[in-house]
Order: sequence, then structure tokens, then C-alpha cells
Amino acid sequence: MSNNDVLKIGEITLHSKLIVGTGKYETFELMERALAESGTEMVTVALRRVDFDAKDHLMNHIDPKKYIILPNTAGCYNAEEAIRVARLGREMGIGDLVKLEVLGDPDTLLPDPVGSLQATQVLVKEGFTVMAYTSDDPVVAKRLAQEGATVVMPAGAPIGSGQGILNPNNIRIILEQATTPIIVDAGVGTASDVSRALELGADAVLLNTGIAGAKDPVRMARAMKHAAIAGREAYLAGRIPRKLYATASSPLLDF
Amino acid sequence: MRVILNGKERDIPNGLTVDGLLNHLDVRPQRVAVEINRVIVKRDRFAETYVQPGDTIEILQFVGGG
Repeated sequence: MSNNDVLKIGEITLHSKLIVGTGKYETFELMERALAESGTEMVTVALRRVDFDAKDHLMNHIDPKKYIILPNTAGCYNAEEAIRVARLGREMGIGDLVKLEVLGDPDTLLPDPVGSLQATQVLVKEGFTVMAYTSDDPVVAKRLAQEGATVVMPAGAPIGSGQGILNPNNIRIILEQATTPIIVDAGVGTASDVSRALELGADAVLLNTGIAGAKDPVRMARAMKHAAIAGREAYLAGRIPRKLYATASSPLLDF
Repeated sequence: MRVILNGKERDIPNGLTVDGLLNHLDVRPQRVAVEINRVIVKRDRFAETYVQPGDTIEILQFVGGG
């Protein structure tokens, strides 16, 4: 991919079209190898109580000089709690980025649009660079951008479901109406889902379980890297229109 | 003295600052965010903020997540 095809998020410039989560790996070593193989430059993390008995820690295995750390507010079910976690994440001293998640339901992990909008309003005022997780509803996506989200991140499918992009039409509408970068966040099951999202014109894809849950996470990370390159290149190249009838590839005349 | 630390009642030595508490717990201050009674303690105040009996203290760190 050409080096000037970059994604800017606030002050940050990314070349890779993948943002990769750090959850659910069997070991930290496996995570390190998968992250490296994916070519990602930005990784998500969660904030939780310190386990005083733990012998090893995530941050022993992630070099903040190598990866931009994107703290999330996963597990928060209202705006107030998400704002609290975002503020605590900022205290870690890695910047003003936050992946804002305000969840609405524990079974689907679908976002609460009202809580997401409320939290975005507050956090934007406090100087956060808000990357707002949302459903694939184009109106909510638009509202989040209006409230000052730097990036809007619609889910392709429910978190960890591996169902791919369930409603490509909604993602297309969100992309056509976008005033911010759009990152498809959640739902990726395999490499073609990443390609698909980027072929539609998404600026990047955020995934975790698709890599961490694969039988061979390192190999899947490599597949995702190639899928991201393929999808982005295909988008920039401009695909041919879909047609109902055939068009011959070889000349038909002059036998 | 008794405090509630990460959701559990716990005895800690009297007269500790936040820095002292983290040292007592063998936790690196650079790696955590601290809240006492739901108020964030800024990192540059760790050395001068004293823990009081009955405080509810949360010590948080980054863990794997998506």
C-alpha cells in the first residue's frame, strides 16, 4: 500500500488499516506475536482492578513506543460509568484517546445510543479524542459525529459474534454521509470480513476475537493483514459495476 | 487501619500515602490509576495524598480488551 494512504485520528497518523484488541489470547506471548504479525499500529486495552496476586501484566508485553494504546470503556452500561472509566484511562498517561463503549444489553452487547451520545458530549468537552462504538444505525452515527466524536465506529455484527458485516447497506449509508473517519468495529469472523469492510470504503477495521479466537491466532493475524491490504487496494482501485448479463472478456469479432 | 481496596476490606498500615500504599502492595505507580472515594487521585499527588481509615480505594490497570 502506498505510504501516503494514511488515516488521521486527531494527532495520530496510521498506515495500517487494522486496529487490534488485546483480549482473550491464551498467553501474552501469543498476543505479542499476533499483534506483530497483524501489522497493526494501534491496540485496544480495557481498564480493570489490579489483581494483586497476578505474576504477569499486559503492559509487560505491549510497548507503548511501538503501539498506540487505545483504552476502551468496555463493560460500562451507562454514560456516567463510561465517563468515569475514560477519565481513569486518561490518568494512565497515554493520551486523550478513548474507545467509547456504552452498552445497552449484556446478551447482545449492543450499544446504548442515548448513553453513547451523552458520554460523547461530556468527553468531547473534556478534551478527549472520542472513538465512538455504535450500532450500524446511520442516524445514530450522524448524531455521534455531530456531538464531536472524532471517529465513528459502527459494528459489523455483535461483538465477538464473528458474523461479519450483517448490513452492508447501512455501512454504505454511514460511509456516504460520513463527516468523520469510519471504522468498522466488531463482528469480524474471518479475513474476508475485513476485506469487505474496507472495500465498502471503511477507513479501518477494529477486531479482536477474530484473531484471538482463531485456532492459530498468529496465522489469522497474518491473514487479516493481507485482507486489509487487499480490501483497501480494491476500494482505491474502484471495482467494476455489478451487471445482470455477461460481458465477454475476449474480442467477439474478426474470426 | 481498615480500608476497602478494590472491593475487599483490607488492613493496611496507618499513615500511608498513595505512593506508600502502592509500594506496600508491590504495584508500580506508573502502571495504575487510583481513585479514592470515587475521586481520581492525580499521579503527581500520589506522594502527598494520605489514605484515611474507611476509604474506598480503587487501583486500576490496563488488561486485555477489544
